[in-house]
Amino acid sequence: MTIGSVVVIVIQLVFAVAITPVLLGVMRTTRARLEGRVGGGIGQPWRDLRKLLSKEPTKAPGSTPVLSLAPILLMASSLVLCALIPLVSTLALASVPGDLFVVVSVLLLGTVALALLGLESGSAFGGMGSSRHMVIAALVEPTVLLSIYALSVPAGTSALAAIVQARRDDPASLLNPVGLLAIVALVVVVIAETGRLPVDNPSTHLELTMIHEAMILESGGRDLGWLELGSWLRLTALLGLVANLALPWGIGQDAAPLTLLAGIAAITVKLLVLGALLAAAEVFIAKLRLFRVPELLAGSFVMAFLSVSASYLVF
Amino acid sequence: MTVLEASLTMVDAGLLAQLLLGVLAILAAVVAPARVRNGCAGGALVAAGIAAAVTGTAALLGVVGVGLQLPVALPLAAPLEPLLLAPDRLGGLFMALAGVVVALAALFGVGYAHGPAASRTGWTGFAVFAVGMQLVPAATDAITFLLAWELMAGGSTVLLLADHASREPVRRAAVWYAVMTHLSFLLLLAGFGVLAAAAGGTSWATMATAGIEGSAATVAFVLLVAGFATKAGLVPVHVWLPRAHPEAPSHMSAAMSAAMVKMGVYGFGLVTLRLLPHGPRWWSIVLIALGAVSALYGILQASVQADVKKLLAYSTTENIGLITTALGVGLLLRDSGQDAVADVALVAALLLAVSHAAFKSVLFLGAGAVLHATGERDLDLLGGLTPRMPWTSVTFGIGALGAAALPVTSGFVAEWVLLQGLIHVDARADRLLAIVIPITMGIVALTVGLGLLTFVKAYGIGFLARPRTQAAADAHEAGPAMRSAMVLGAVLVVGLGLVPGPLAQTLAAAVSAAGVATTGGTGLVLGAVGVVLDPLALTVLTLATLVPLVAVNVALARRHPRRDVDLAWGCGGERTSPRMEYNATSYSEPLVRVFRSSLQASQLVDVVRHDESPLLIEQMTFTQETGDVIEDRLYLPATRWAVRFGDLARTIQNGSIHRYVGFSFAALVLVLVLVAL
Repeated sequence: MTIGSVVVIVIQLVFAVAITPVLLGVMRTTRARLEGRVGGGIGQPWRDLRKLLSKEPTKAPGSTPVLSLAPILLMASSLVLCALIPLVSTLALASVPGDLFVVVSVLLLGTVALALLGLESGSAFGGMGSSRHMVIAALVEPTVLLSIYALSVPAGTSALAAIVQARRDDPASLLNPVGLLAIVALVVVVIAETGRLPVDNPSTHLELTMIHEAMILESGGRDLGWLELGSWLRLTALLGLVANLALPWGIGQDAAPLTLLAGIAAITVKLLVLGALLAAAEVFIAKLRLFRVPELLAGSFVMAFLSVSASYLVF
Repeated sequence: MTVLEASLTMVDAGLLAQLLLGVLAILAAVVAPARVRNGCAGGALVAAGIAAAVTGTAALLGVVGVGLQLPVALPLAAPLEPLLLAPDRLGGLFMALAGVVVALAALFGVGYAHGPAASRTGWTGFAVFAVGMQLVPAATDAITFLLAWELMAGGSTVLLLADHASREPVRRAAVWYAVMTHLSFLLLLAGFGVLAAAAGGTSWATMATAGIEGSAATVAFVLLVAGFATKAGLVPVHVWLPRAHPEAPSHMSAAMSAAMVKMGVYGFGLVTLRLLPHGPRWWSIVLIALGAVSALYGILQASVQADVKKLLAYSTTENIGLITTALGVGLLLRDSGQDAVADVALVAALLLAVSHAAFKSVLFLGAGAVLHATGERDLDLLGGLTPRMPWTSVTFGIGALGAAALPVTSGFVAEWVLLQGLIHVDARADRLLAIVIPITMGIVALTVGLGLLTFVKAYGIGFLARPRTQAAADAHEAGPAMRSAMVLGAVLVVGLGLVPGPLAQTLAAAVSAAGVATTGGTGLVLGAVGVVLDPLALTVLTLATLVPLVAVNVALARRHPRRDVDLAWGCGGERTSPRMEYNATSYSEPLVRVFRSSLQASQLVDVVRHDESPLLIEQMTFTQETGDVIEDRLYLPATRWAVRFGDLARTIQNGSIHRYVGFSFAALVLVLVLVAL
């Protein structure tokens, strides 16, 4: 473990926490403008967060420690995710090298924390959200692991930093159908895991169609603040991953101040552009029926599978 | 017992100790008065389990014993080699595994056993089962192996029958178990018979050096794999698991699921690594297919079960399936000349076996504690157990994390090694690998995903939310013996997950795999494929990110403390009845829809209309039953056919003595005619 990689991790964590409300603000504003609304402004998520964190949470009789632990666990999972995914630099820790399988399991820890929180209160909506959330998580898993597989075949490793570096050193591989298929599959996964349209509608107010929102209905105040920030951080980390895999330019290779600055600038631009694109795309699509979601996921699984077999049989 | 030579090693002393402690446990079970019987017999069995754990570990680390010879004279026509107990490294691993599980289960049993399970017969059956199981992997020849195997089967059947007087399903479960376990025995007897005939001896050494090939090897492989698969609970011979595990006393379920089915896995290892190591390629494909189908089918069934012990039983099928898949991949890669990756897959198989033993004992013991406290094992009737049973809740939660393969548990490490093995296969030159490996990966991934859902459901519905019945509301924490068994098991799950290095290195030696090592004494390096996993470092990183977060949280909490309310939100209304909560059946309803065709769920909605108007509904009942497709399509026709055959046989056996005398006369005439020709 070198000083350089520790510096990179600290910078990534601070950067992720700082950029996340901005990213959400940009996405919401884009969407509002395209829909002909004014919107709350780019600073609104930040103000929401400040308000929620300074309010007291509630506790009903018979509730378990999961009520207060799950938000912290989700935050921890999201923060570790931001530390392990190469956002600013590909310098990785020697003993925790950002292995994609480790990254996925850390992500799943957050997923499980949310699902347990949904069940904790014993309300019907919480259980419903939790059940749907886990079914989607279960069906996403094959696509996640197969697209990791597809990406790791050319690089010869499942360490994220090494994959990103290999893709940057060989730009021809970016347009390779194997890599493209895997990235498309990964995008579907990111959409499903972060609860965006068409899998889940993050701005819904109708309980019966909720997934993510249903699980956190019973949380309030500080708990809700952590839950919101934790879920947003997941979006930042996963969008950053897709951005750096699809366009691996600008990311630093060492911990020199200048490269780090360049890395921060590059990932900020990539994140905000990607976020705005995602928000713009969401304007034009509606939420899928829950029982159509498996079809979407099956489609992405097929792409990941084709990508793996093509990497063996064609190239 | 006679010891061959004077120089005893630790392994020989340990084997002797296990036998003596087993006998002591039986004596204690028979002699001790009912009041102290649990303590005496259970205590002796805990000691026997620890002896097996120590002996097995010594053998695993490479201590070779001279062996204990059984003074049994069998009237056999075949050249009989000495009946010898002397575990090799692989056997040592499985003996240690069985020993640890037996010790945990017996410790739990001290507090848990009640009614018929705490009777003389109950404890004697458990002792015979435990010692038999511990000695199975120590056998060095087919006869000793089968003797120990039958002790294991007999003892477990007796204990499974414990509650037969009070509950009818126990009897049916015991019949299924007895039939399947003896089917397994017959297949093994035939398989080893073929091997012994081809090799000219009954000992493993003779069989391994004989270099058996061709049709004898194929026939033996098919028979032995079928036999061991029956014991291991692979699809389609898994049917006894979801019947026997729920109906057995819980400490027995833990021992059966965590240790006994592993003897089938040991059998796979014995056949494919030691006795017939150079089999053709399709053998490994058979193992992969068996394993992958079992893993997927097992977890799919587990995810829709509402009975927690049945859920755990199906999940056992899943885990054994994953182990078999890993073993098959390892063999396939050895055959393809990719030794480095093959080693990783083989180590993954063993890690999966060890980790399954750890978390499945915790889970079954936890389910036992819940059953003991509430009398219920149906998740739909539980809920809200965390405030009432905090120890059980935490340990069950850790076990569930292990089963869902999340960090930092042993289950995560094992699955990580398997996935690393799969993605590092070089399939460019080999079409078969290019097809088999991605499909295997997809199936393993879907299994992992469904496993996650299954165990979130098992824990969340059972331990969180609010009590759904009075029984759950009246639950009480388990006693000290039960609690300590669960805590020890949970410590194993987390310990092996935090510090997997030394275990992995030792396991690598057991299957002579190079390229798996430890880093800094804790982490895991798969040198052959160049990847590192250090769960301890991951934990440190997590804690480091948590420090500022928790600091902020504590500061905020001091300023704005948590406020108690009657109802946090409740959708704007009172929560009048716990029946409004989501339960296990509703939790898996979307999954039942998605996998409708493979689960064959039948749903029945019964509507009672009000007398005054058909538009008013008085009561609605929803019943869902998920069947076992394989049971309906395979076993029902088979039993029907057997019954029909029996009916046919009855036409010549009508009970008339005249007819039987006639048959004897006809037979005599026939023999005389044959002799005369």
